[in-house]
Amino acid sequence: MSQANNGAVLAAEAENREFLVFSLGDEEYAIDILKVQEIRGYENVTRIANAPEFIKGVTNLRGVIVPIVDLRIKFHFDKVEYGGQTVVIVVNVADRVVGIVVDGVSDVMTLTPDQIKPAPEFGVTLSSDFLSGLGSLDDRMLVLVDIDKLLTSDEMALVESTSNH
Amino acid sequence: MDIADFFDTFFEEAEELLSDMEQHLLELDVDDPDSEQLNAIFRAAHSIKGGAGTFGFTVLQKTTHILENLLDYARKGELTLRADLVDTFLEAKDIMHEQLDAYRSEEEPNQEAFERICQTLQQIALDEIGQQLDGPTIPAAEPKAAPAPSENDAQANSNNNAGASSNGHLLVALLNVEDKDRILLVEELEQLGEVQSQSGDAKRYEVVLKSSDSADDIEAVMCFIIEPDQIEITVVEGVAAEPTPAEPEVSTPAAPAPQAPAESTPSKANTTKPAAKEKPKKAAAESSSIRVSVDKVDQIINLVGELIITQSMLDQTVSDLEDQSVGNASLQNGMSLLQRNARDLQEAVMSIRMIPMEFVFSRFPRVVRDTAGKLGKEIELITEGKSTELDKSLVERITDPLTHLVRNSLDHGVEMPDVREAIGKPRIGKLTLSARHQGGNILIEVRDDGAGMDRDRLLAKARENGLNVSDTMSDEEVFQLIFAPGFSTANEVTDVSGRGVGMDVVKRNIQSMGGRVEIQSKLGEGTNTRIVLPLTLAILDGMSIKVGGETFILPLSTVLESLQPAKDDMYAMAGDDVVIKVRDEYLPVIAIHEVLNVENAITDPTKSIAVIVQGEGRRYAMLVDELIGQQQVVVKNLEDNYRKVPGISAATILGDGSVALILDITGLHRLSRYKKEAGKKVVNNQNLSSFKEAEPS
Repeated sequence: MSQANNGAVLAAEAENREFLVFSLGDEEYAIDILKVQEIRGYENVTRIANAPEFIKGVTNLRGVIVPIVDLRIKFHFDKVEYGGQTVVIVVNVADRVVGIVVDGVSDVMTLTPDQIKPAPEFGVTLSSDFLSGLGSLDDRMLVLVDIDKLLTSDEMALVESTSNH
Repeated sequence: MDIADFFDTFFEEAEELLSDMEQHLLELDVDDPDSEQLNAIFRAAHSIKGGAGTFGFTVLQKTTHILENLLDYARKGELTLRADLVDTFLEAKDIMHEQLDAYRSEEEPNQEAFERICQTLQQIALDEIGQQLDGPTIPAAEPKAAPAPSENDAQANSNNNAGASSNGHLLVALLNVEDKDRILLVEELEQLGEVQSQSGDAKRYEVVLKSSDSADDIEAVMCFIIEPDQIEITVVEGVAAEPTPAEPEVSTPAAPAPQAPAESTPSKANTTKPAAKEKPKKAAAESSSIRVSVDKVDQIINLVGELIITQSMLDQTVSDLEDQSVGNASLQNGMSLLQRNARDLQEAVMSIRMIPMEFVFSRFPRVVRDTAGKLGKEIELITEGKSTELDKSLVERITDPLTHLVRNSLDHGVEMPDVREAIGKPRIGKLTLSARHQGGNILIEVRDDGAGMDRDRLLAKARENGLNVSDTMSDEEVFQLIFAPGFSTANEVTDVSGRGVGMDVVKRNIQSMGGRVEIQSKLGEGTNTRIVLPLTLAILDGMSIKVGGETFILPLSTVLESLQPAKDDMYAMAGDDVVIKVRDEYLPVIAIHEVLNVENAITDPTKSIAVIVQGEGRRYAMLVDELIGQQQVVVKNLEDNYRKVPGISAATILGDGSVALILDITGLHRLSRYKKEAGKKVVNNQNLSSFKEAEPS
């Protein structure tokens, strides 16, 4: 599906899409709003031993055990603080529920196809494979994250890569 | 627990199976039948037969048996399906449903319908495949020659009466029949005999018929067009010039019934149908339970959990308030009421799901006795771990596979008593059913001390069946062959097993529960079939412990004892290994804070607490900071949204809404060894994610 989205975006024939804009440090990122289940505060996270650093642990979301990923750690931000503004965006990807920690949620933006530019090949930390493009909005630039691809990727270690059953 | 407790479960299951069967039959494309669908229909019939057999519902069992045979031919392509055959199957299904209803209201099912459908099905077998099926054979020429003794008096009586009327007059009353149907019916009746007179309206239309056919035959013909309860056939004494809309009894006193000794119920004797209908029904048997989807219950459980948490938050707020404001006594009262109700609600909801394995196991003495009796074997049944609690949905679904496995063990596993004696085993075979928690799973075993599985024979049979096998396959792989569809090494198809359908179903069912089946077998010594089911939503008796600031849950079943280690009892071994001496036994020591990298934990062993745990036959001492207490926890799967974590079997939600991880005793041991082997090297994440839990075997 993400690929289909991607293709559609590149072909610039998709309809306008809505994105949830959030901040990591001073940068603005956005994900497809349809992936977002809810937004809640960062609290009560139980650490999981021997998990990668960016996996903060698991939390209880109305009886469902949900892993929490801190994208700031994953993207090697220097300043990782947990405060009143720190929020968790709960997303639905690949039939799973995952929470991502971000510095704040600002807007819901509608982008027209021509506002979405293809992401250039760059970055080691955040491979352009995980981007569905860059959104340009006046003087702002939004990094459009393909959250599906990112969270199901091997390097996130969220999903069992090879099932042994 | 009495076997009667399972009747309701069976009725519900059978009802579901029947409606499944009907749906599949209706969807079936007769010109190009889908083999999956045929298999599904067949399996439904097979399961009903098994259940009916277990509970001694002979008529239902026999009906299903014949149907199953036919379906088996259809499944194998030996019987070409046609629309009218499917109609007959559907009719058979309806009759099975009626039989089921009869058993439910503790009545004997309608013998006539049973015989009629058996005969029809037998006829199909004869016509289409040219062979007589095993099962109840009813002479085709004279279907009602031998009414079974179980048939009730009134029924038998009416049969006799109907038979006796052979040369007489019958008053056929059609109730609530539409005009067009009525015309058809009268035409039919004219075929059967001489219509003497007819009159009436749509509500009750009466035809006097002079016929040599019995009332049953006439009814059978008419039932193709209308429902049985729309017909009333009465024997008319002598030549009735006028149809008598009066009471049927007029004819009774002199009813020519030479071979009707049971004339004691004259009021019922003359009308065939009402005789069967008038018995008091147990209406109460109907609605003693409802079936609700597991998802709905899960949703309720989750919501109630949230409610409890919200309630304790509110409680906190209110108790803070108390200091400053006055007159909030009613608020306090309300809060404590809310608290009590919420707890009660939670308990009630939880209890919906959990039942002990005893519920499953207690039906087996009967199954084993009956099966062993049929096979002429002597079996002793042992059950272990009856109190292991299992999610209701799992209990429901494990029963059938387990029944199949037990039957299979008895049929193919355990030898005949004489054979056993000859090879030096006790005459009485031993069958053990056990259930226990193991790691993150529930392990259910069916063990027998029978002949074991013959690898070579399995391989030979597999080749015969065209399966792709090789001699180099491992034993485990070879044993798994018995789960292939249609695979059976039994030489004869018996009532008990041997069709190869059972094991196919077993594996399917267990896999659909997210579990797996393993077979361990030694030729001559016996077979152990292990069903490993995930803990999804099982409740666990846990011991909560604290390490650093973190809370973990230990499965209580793994905890042997706990003690404060004395310095003198601890011995260092080569490397980092430490052992502790507990009553003349040296046990390895594993510090949780090391294995799980917990910060701020007590590092001095003598200040911590050693919990002696046992898992998979391995014992060790686990160092923790503090024991908090015992509690029942709901096991939540970590893999739903995350992945398997080494050393952790699952998670649970504590009273304050936070998540606690449930430790996997065996997994922790492996993890500790793995970390030690990795030496002083920092175990990085890449390494750990490649660390795979070895499957317990």
